[in-house]
Amino acid sequence: MALSPELCKKMYKDMWRIRLFEEEAHRQTSLGSVVGALHMYCGEEAVAVGVCGNLRDDDYVLGTHRSHGHCIAKGAKPNEMMAELFGKVTGTCAGKGGSMHIADFSLNMLGANGIVGAGIGPATGAALAGKMRGTDQVSVCFFGDGAAARGTFHEGIGFGALWKLPVIYVCENNQYQQWVPRSNVAVLDSVADMAGSYAIPGVSIDGQDIVEVYEVVGQAVERARNGGGPTLVEAKTYRFHGHSLGDEEQYRSSDEVDSWKTERDPITLFHTVMTHKGWLTEEEDAAIQDEAKTEITDAVKFAEESPYPTAANVTTDVLAPEQEVA
Amino acid sequence: MKTLTFSGALCEALHEEMERDESVFVMGEDVITHGGPYKVTDGIAERFPERIFETPIAEAGIVGLGVGAAMAGMSPVVEIMYMDFVTCAMDEVVNQAAKMRYMTGGQASVPMVIRLPCGVGRLLAAQHSQIMESWFMHVPGLQVVVPSTPSDAKGLLKSAVRSPDPVLFFEYKRIYTSRGEVPDGEHTVPIGKADISREGEDATVVAIGPMVQKSLEAAVLLEDDGYDVEVVDVRSLSPLDTETICESVNRTGHAVVCGEDSSFAGAVSEIAAMIGENCFDSLKAPVTRIGSPHVPMPFSSELAKHVVPEVPNITEAVNRVMA
Repeated sequence: MALSPELCKKMYKDMWRIRLFEEEAHRQTSLGSVVGALHMYCGEEAVAVGVCGNLRDDDYVLGTHRSHGHCIAKGAKPNEMMAELFGKVTGTCAGKGGSMHIADFSLNMLGANGIVGAGIGPATGAALAGKMRGTDQVSVCFFGDGAAARGTFHEGIGFGALWKLPVIYVCENNQYQQWVPRSNVAVLDSVADMAGSYAIPGVSIDGQDIVEVYEVVGQAVERARNGGGPTLVEAKTYRFHGHSLGDEEQYRSSDEVDSWKTERDPITLFHTVMTHKGWLTEEEDAAIQDEAKTEITDAVKFAEESPYPTAANVTTDVLAPEQEVA
Repeated sequence: MKTLTFSGALCEALHEEMERDESVFVMGEDVITHGGPYKVTDGIAERFPERIFETPIAEAGIVGLGVGAAMAGMSPVVEIMYMDFVTCAMDEVVNQAAKMRYMTGGQASVPMVIRLPCGVGRLLAAQHSQIMESWFMHVPGLQVVVPSTPSDAKGLLKSAVRSPDPVLFFEYKRIYTSRGEVPDGEHTVPIGKADISREGEDATVVAIGPMVQKSLEAAVLLEDDGYDVEVVDVRSLSPLDTETICESVNRTGHAVVCGEDSSFAGAVSEIAAMIGENCFDSLKAPVTRIGSPHVPMPFSSELAKHVVPEVPNITEAVNRVMA
């Protein structure tokens, strides 16, 4: 699918929706409305949006602990997501999952995940399901550079490659596994280089450039849909915030962070591309940002006005209803 | 009705479920060659070649793929060649399969069966003989099933395949070759229902897996001591049929709980505690547990024979609670 002005505007807006959702979630945490861990996606928006721009509604997505962006890019509603962060019963997971477990099965978004690298096997299994049913669905697994050290990475990609499953492994290499630079804990600088071990294509791209993300992943999706098997895509990107809220970030300099924010912000970079092409006027840009702001403001209102779950909800959803525990 | 081995009954259940439902598939190490390590998957590759997958030695991958396929609408039956190896897939079992429905507020369903050949078979020592049912009983979101007869093996496996939630299906290797009558065709046994294998009035022996048959043998011997022993086959450890167990113990006033695994923090301990809490007023003697001593399984038969509980352990325990 070629990049049209319409698709670009949608993707540009989705990037803003993610950015503003994250900033608002941050603000709500400082107000005490949102509790628990918050792993912000700011700075990495081009990856989620560029990848999901290639996906159909019935394609599968599995995420990470830093997955608000993946959810919004796949179509999840900020209302329900914000309510989930607030712990409200109207949340995507009825208040039982929280930030690290947002899922929307109506969109085949099969869940963020609190365990690093844990989505790789299940994403491969979802791809197997699609292949067995004879659909041409693809499955996308997002994971970080830290996950590439886990056995699940090796085992999951091993299965995907062996059975030529329609799965795209998207590594968001934001250069830090929690507080540690990748160079301290990994022999290979590039995660994409690991693809050779599984005899699948591995490609390293600029994760701040949504056009590159969209085009490279588009080729991987097309190959997967046509029976060509998996691709490992490494998107080099950057976390504008620390690992999670409260991170003192002593492992990196403020100069480094500032230079990424001023020179490599994926939204600014995409804005430049679109205005050069004449695909985005100042008025359109302002309208997109206004609409995104309104949507997020409404999401907070929805979350605030929603009820909390009650004690009766504690024991539901352990097993399917007909075999509920006492 | 026909006579089948325990493994033959499991095999029949798999064939019938795969015939019934196209979403059912089998995945595991060596499950095609020789009909699988225990012949449980015999003939499936010939009948359903598109729905059986022989895998690399990668338990986390096997169970992880099973979780994803299940969430995407399939019904995987995965085999862990020796249950001991499920420790290599604990995240997939405990943090993924078990938690998905709850964490997603009821959106996810993980209809997966994890078959776990367990316990002593040939003497294979400490890493190929474990049971560890209680590890999984402790995890909400998992169902733990332990058939003791070929008939229940078939009926429970069919129910497990149809369950919308994950089932840890324990198959004691030492009874794979045991024989029994098995109903033809549709035959399901509900998960969470115990079975009274033998009725009696004086004492209740609650037994797990192969200890059921040993308890029935012990009950015959105990007739000579003048005791009429009831044997309850738990069949499911989670959910646990507390009603049937308590009804029996309240009637007899004596309880012996026996399993092959270590009794320390084991399945028998949970059942014993449950009986103690619920049947205190009926009990005429303390609840007694029988299990293996708290040691890894040794190799030498001269050592192993002191680990696995046998019939005399049961008769001795019943005599003790009746004294």
